[in-house]
Amino acid sequence: MLGWLDDRLGTASWARTGLRKIFPDHWSFLLGELALFCLVILVATGVYLTLFYVPDSREVVYAGPWRPLQGQDVSAAFNSVMRLSFEVRGGLVMRQVHHWAALVFLAAITVHVMRIFFTGAFRKPREINWLVGIGLLTMALAMGITGYSLPDDLISGTGLRIIYSVVISIPFIGPYLAFLVFGGEFPTTEIVSRLFVFHIMLLPALLIGGVLTHLTILWVQKHTQFRGPGKTEENVVGKPFWPSQVFKSTGLMILTAAVLALMGGLIQINPVWSYGPFDATTVSAPAQPDWYVGWLEGSLRIFPPAEFTLLGVTVPSTFIPGILIPGALFTTLALWPFLEEWITGRHTEQSLLDPPREHPVRTGLGVAGILVFVVFTIEGGNDVVALVLGIPVETVTNILRVAIFVVPIAGYFITHWICLELQGRHGPLVPRGPGMQLRRNAQGGFDEVEEP
Amino acid sequence: MTAARWLTFFLLVSTGASLALVAIYLLNGGPQLEGIFLALALGGFGAALIIWVGWLINAPTESEPRHSLASSPEARERFMETLDPELISRRRFLVRVAAGAATALGLALVLPAFSLGPLPGQDLFKTAWRRGLRVVDTEGKPIRPEDLPLDSVRTVFPQGFVGRPDSQTLLIKVRPTDLRLENGRDNWAPGGAIGYSKVCTHAGCPVGLYRAQQHQLLCPCHQSTFDVLTGATVVFGPASRPLPQLPMEVDSDGYLVALGDFPEPVGPGFWDMTHEQPSEGA
Repeated sequence: MLGWLDDRLGTASWARTGLRKIFPDHWSFLLGELALFCLVILVATGVYLTLFYVPDSREVVYAGPWRPLQGQDVSAAFNSVMRLSFEVRGGLVMRQVHHWAALVFLAAITVHVMRIFFTGAFRKPREINWLVGIGLLTMALAMGITGYSLPDDLISGTGLRIIYSVVISIPFIGPYLAFLVFGGEFPTTEIVSRLFVFHIMLLPALLIGGVLTHLTILWVQKHTQFRGPGKTEENVVGKPFWPSQVFKSTGLMILTAAVLALMGGLIQINPVWSYGPFDATTVSAPAQPDWYVGWLEGSLRIFPPAEFTLLGVTVPSTFIPGILIPGALFTTLALWPFLEEWITGRHTEQSLLDPPREHPVRTGLGVAGILVFVVFTIEGGNDVVALVLGIPVETVTNILRVAIFVVPIAGYFITHWICLELQGRHGPLVPRGPGMQLRRNAQGGFDEVEEP
Repeated sequence: MTAARWLTFFLLVSTGASLALVAIYLLNGGPQLEGIFLALALGGFGAALIIWVGWLINAPTESEPRHSLASSPEARERFMETLDPELISRRRFLVRVAAGAATALGLALVLPAFSLGPLPGQDLFKTAWRRGLRVVDTEGKPIRPEDLPLDSVRTVFPQGFVGRPDSQTLLIKVRPTDLRLENGRDNWAPGGAIGYSKVCTHAGCPVGLYRAQQHQLLCPCHQSTFDVLTGATVVFGPASRPLPQLPMEVDSDGYLVALGDFPEPVGPGFWDMTHEQPSEGA
């Protein structure tokens, strides 16, 4: 077998190099892998769901076992999700695992981006892979939003309604663009089948292609590593791909699947049967989107009524919080490696990672960015916050309108101060750990011997 | 127990759970059991692999060299020689013509995308409301102002267009003397029955909540709040424009009828919404 392949592909030599590739060991390096494993689980469960889902918004009468909806007009899409949930054996577990995996997928990507950011792993020569990564994050968000909308239930339909309104708010092109994407004025019969094509074909192709690019660049450029004994800019210290990394990664992937299976079996997620089918004249409250969309919702909720007309061009009140603010945040994030290179003037290759405390400005800005996300997300659930705290929703929004400026700025300065304090207490991080040996020499003294 | 025993134990757990899963599937055991045993089957296997690599293989830490990926200046030069940009740059005119042809081709190939949707035209400016159309409820029944209880709210449509999203309207009954509407619009609310577009002027959600005591309409999506008594002016939240008011009168049978379409475009804003629109016939 090996000989047969080697005769044709020369496997033995190049595959051996691959097997011996060194993977540095640190728990935070598994975050990206976690995202990858979620993607594998998403594809596997997603293919299964596709075999049952009907991308059609034509009305049918619900006649399944869920009594509250019996006899109601629902779309064929909603009907197929109901059938999958209640009548297909194993269908509900697959659906719920898929949804939980999507939530964990985006969480893993987000924390992975934070790891890369705070340790400076995006610096030369890895700027391209940072851009690929931000592209992947964007596509993962698009996957989440399109997938969330497919069941054609009341909450996801309202979400689509808001997206449509944000699209038509774009000056000059908005109405044309929205009519092209949705096939006319909202609600349209085309949108469900279009979202389906995006969710199961176009976006997955881009996403999987992007992941392969991401991993290939990583493979070629080799991993970064934290500072430590024997670790330099000129080497990679760790365990080989085979057997260590293969066993560890496969084990982690299966364990990820196990946790998601448990969640999918026991924790209810997106119970569309209790939301009911989409109806353009009905809305439910309080309705919350998936966690990764909450900040966009919060941006819309927190923004003051600031619609204005300039030279006959109306700038609707959703344009700035719905398009400009997220666009500016994502653009800054994407361009950060280049901004930092430009500001610090450092153009050397860096493969040793920074302890975050040694870069108080970068770390502070990162914390400020996270806090912007957090305040927006809280505002995205302002009605729930008001309900829990028993105060008017207006008060929550007014407090958060101040907090959106104060909290990130305070977060920056506090983080900056903590970084400096940590530096002062520990000094610059020195290599420590078990890597040093003392050996008695012939003269009776001690020599330090460095382990490889 | 030794690592090898633990490993065997976890693999046996996994095997047992997998077999149990088969039984659960055949007996239709429900999502909870499916999830638990799937987790055990996977978890046992995953744990076994982690034990295997952590305790039985224990590969030594190794080091491999890392080199800069950058090529030498000579290699870059050789690359440029092979690429030979002069091939293209000395034919400047032909390159421009080719670029023009490629642009034209690109434009032609993009055109089919425009079949995806109609032009907006009048769609965003108009609803189904017309002069003389009766105001009906979701069952299609016409409404007399005096049949509405005070402080009640219901969703109404133009007769013949029940359920049409852009025409959904909230009909609220208030005391006529409480209304403070601008320039004669109180004539549009016969007997204190006042109609506002139900499509929020912020992001288009149905404005579904009514606080009867404060006479406020609240959009549950982003909490835009509108004062019913003053023409649905914005009291709070991100909406910038009032909900358009439906001009209504009472016909000879005492039923509510529309005097025409909403005076402004309904729903979320768009860039040319203040532009003058061609008249009805267009």
